[in-house]
Amino acid sequence: MLRYTLRRLLGAIPTMLVIISLAFVLLHAAPGGPFDAQKALPPEIKKSIEHTYHLDEPLYEQYGRYLVQILHGDFGPSYQYRGTRVNDLIAEGFPVDVGIGSIALALALIFGTAIGILAALRQNSVWDYLPMGIAMLGISIPSFVIAPVLILIFAVTLHWLPAGAWSGGDPSHLVLPALALAAPYTAYVARLMRGSMVEVLGSPFIRTAHAKGLPLRTIVLRHAIKPALMPLVSFLGPAVVGIITGSIVIETIFGLPGIGRYFVDGALNRDYTVVLGVTILYGALILLFNLLADLAYALLDPRIRL
Amino acid sequence: MSNALLSVRDLRVQFDLGRDGWFGARRVLHAVGGVSFELARGETLGIVGESGCGKSSLARAILRLTPASGGQISFQGEDLLRLDAEAMRQRRRALQPIFQDPLASLNPRMTVGEIIGEPLRAFFSSTMPRDERRQRVLAMMQRVGLLPNQINRYAHEFSGGQAQRIGIARALVLEPELVVCDEPVSALDVSIKSQIINLLQDLQEEMGLSLLFVAHDLAAVRHISHRVMVLYLGRVMELADRDALYRAPQHPYTRALIAAIPDPDPRRARAHPAKPLGGEPPSPVTPPSGCVFRTRCPHARARCTEEVPALRSVGGSQVACHFAEELTAD
Repeated sequence: MLRYTLRRLLGAIPTMLVIISLAFVLLHAAPGGPFDAQKALPPEIKKSIEHTYHLDEPLYEQYGRYLVQILHGDFGPSYQYRGTRVNDLIAEGFPVDVGIGSIALALALIFGTAIGILAALRQNSVWDYLPMGIAMLGISIPSFVIAPVLILIFAVTLHWLPAGAWSGGDPSHLVLPALALAAPYTAYVARLMRGSMVEVLGSPFIRTAHAKGLPLRTIVLRHAIKPALMPLVSFLGPAVVGIITGSIVIETIFGLPGIGRYFVDGALNRDYTVVLGVTILYGALILLFNLLADLAYALLDPRIRL
Repeated sequence: MSNALLSVRDLRVQFDLGRDGWFGARRVLHAVGGVSFELARGETLGIVGESGCGKSSLARAILRLTPASGGQISFQGEDLLRLDAEAMRQRRRALQPIFQDPLASLNPRMTVGEIIGEPLRAFFSSTMPRDERRQRVLAMMQRVGLLPNQINRYAHEFSGGQAQRIGIARALVLEPELVVCDEPVSALDVSIKSQIINLLQDLQEEMGLSLLFVAHDLAAVRHISHRVMVLYLGRVMELADRDALYRAPQHPYTRALIAAIPDPDPRRARAHPAKPLGGEPPSPVTPPSGCVFRTRCPHARARCTEEVPALRSVGGSQVACHFAEELTAD
C-alpha cells in the first residue's frame, strides 16, 4: 500500500510537468500580453514593466525561471492585481471554494445515495421512474440555468434566502450556491447508485442472503450497500475536482469571493501567473483525488491488493 | 402420503417477457408448467433435464427466491406461497439452498466465519452468545472438511470445491429439514464433484435431511437419489424409483437421456456408442400443443399433437406418455 502510494506520487511528477509545460506554452501562445489592454501606456514604461517581470526575456528562459520558482512553492506576482502574489490570491479564494464545494458534495452524496438506493429497491415502479426522470433533468440542465432559477424562486419571489453575495459571516448566503452546485452531482450520484444497487441486488450472494433468512433491512445494509458504493468511490475522485472547478460559474453568478473570479479575469487579461497557478493547483488536485479514490477502493474491497 | 415433508401441487412459474413491440401480443415464458411431487423425510429426489427445462426455476420457486405464479408448496403441512414475508423468513430456518456457482454465491467482503455464522445471527441473535455461535461454526466447518484456521479467510481465497464446502456449511448450520441443491456440483471438477456428493450423502444420513437434488449430470443423480424426476420444458415426463428409472426407463425422453450417457469403458463405448438426442428443445414461450416432447420424439403420432398426456402410473413408475406400455413392450 505504502509502496503503491509512493509509486503513484512519483508517477505524478512527470504528469504535473506536462500540465505545467502545456499550460505555459498555450498561455504564452495566445495573442496579446498582460499589459496590452491598458490604454495610453507609454512604450518605455511598458518596456520597463515587462523588464521587471522578465517578460522581455526569451520564452525558454522565462519557462526555466518559472519552474525554479514553483519548486520553491512560489507562484509569482499577479500582473493584474499589482502588489499581490498569486499565493495570496489562492490562499484567500480557495477556502471559499472548498467551503461551498464540501457542502455541495455532502448534499450530493447523502441525497444521491439515498434516492438511488430507494429507487433500486422499488425497481421499475413509479418510485423508480419518477426520481430517475428528475435526475436525468438534473444532469442535463447546466448549473448556470439552475442557479438563476433558484435565485428567482427562493430569493426574489419567496424571500427565504439571500441571493448569494457572501463575504464572510452569515452562512445562509451559501445555501443557494451550494444547492445549485450540488444539483447535477446529486442527480448523477442517484443514477449511479441506483444502477449499481440494482446490479448488486441481482447478484448470487444477495440471493444467498435472502435464503439465509435475513430480513430485507439487514440484506441491504450489511450485504448490498458496500459493494454498490464501489462505483461511487471511483466517481468521487473526478467529482471532487469537478465540484471545485465547477464552482467558477456558480461563484460568478452568486458573487462569491472564490478563486474562480481571479481565474476568469486572469484568463481574459493574460494574467499568466494567476492562470498558471490555478491550473497547477487544479491539476494537482485531480491527481491527488484520483489517487485517494483508488486507495479507498482497495481499502473497501478485500479482493484488491495494491 | 400425508406424512410427506414437502408436497408440491401443480406449481407454475412464468416470466413475463413484455409485449412483442408496442402493440404486439404479451409474451410469457412458461418455465415450470404445473409440476407436482412429494418428498418424504430423509428422502432424496433427483431432478434432471436439459438446460432450460425449468429445473432451477422449480428449485428457486420452492425456496420462494423466484415468485411462483400458481400452485401450492406445502412444507411441514403449510403452504409456503400463502405466507407473508416475515413468516416465510421464519420458515427458512428449516429450508436451505445450496447454489450452483459456489464462489459467486458467497459475499466477497465477508470471512468464512461471518458467512457461516450469519444464519445463526439472523435467527438466534438474542439467544445465542457469541462464543456458542463461534463453536457451532467451527463444528460445522469441521464436518464439511474445512480447517479451523480458515475461519478468518475470505471466500475468494478458496477453490470452487472448498467454496462449495463453505456453502454447504452455511446451509446446514441451521440444521434444516430440507436442503434444495440447485446444481451443486455442475461447476466443479470431476474429482471434486464426487467428494462433494459423498459429503452431501454423509451429512444427509447424519442429520436426517431431505434433499432435492437438481442436476443435469445423470450419473451424479443416480448416485445420490432415492427417486428421480425427469423434467422437459417445465413438465414432468417421468417420476420413478432410481433403480427402476435407470434400468427400465418408460418415457421416450428418459430413454434418450440414458442412451446419451457416454460409457467410460472405451471398448464397450465403441460397440454401443452413446446416442445423443437430436435437435433442441422448443421455445418455452411457444410450447408445442399436446405432448411437449413430440417434436423430438421418435414415436410421436397424431394423438400426441392433440392431447396432453397426463402423468399416470405404469408399472410402478409415473409416466407422462400416451404409449408408455406399448413402447416398453418392444
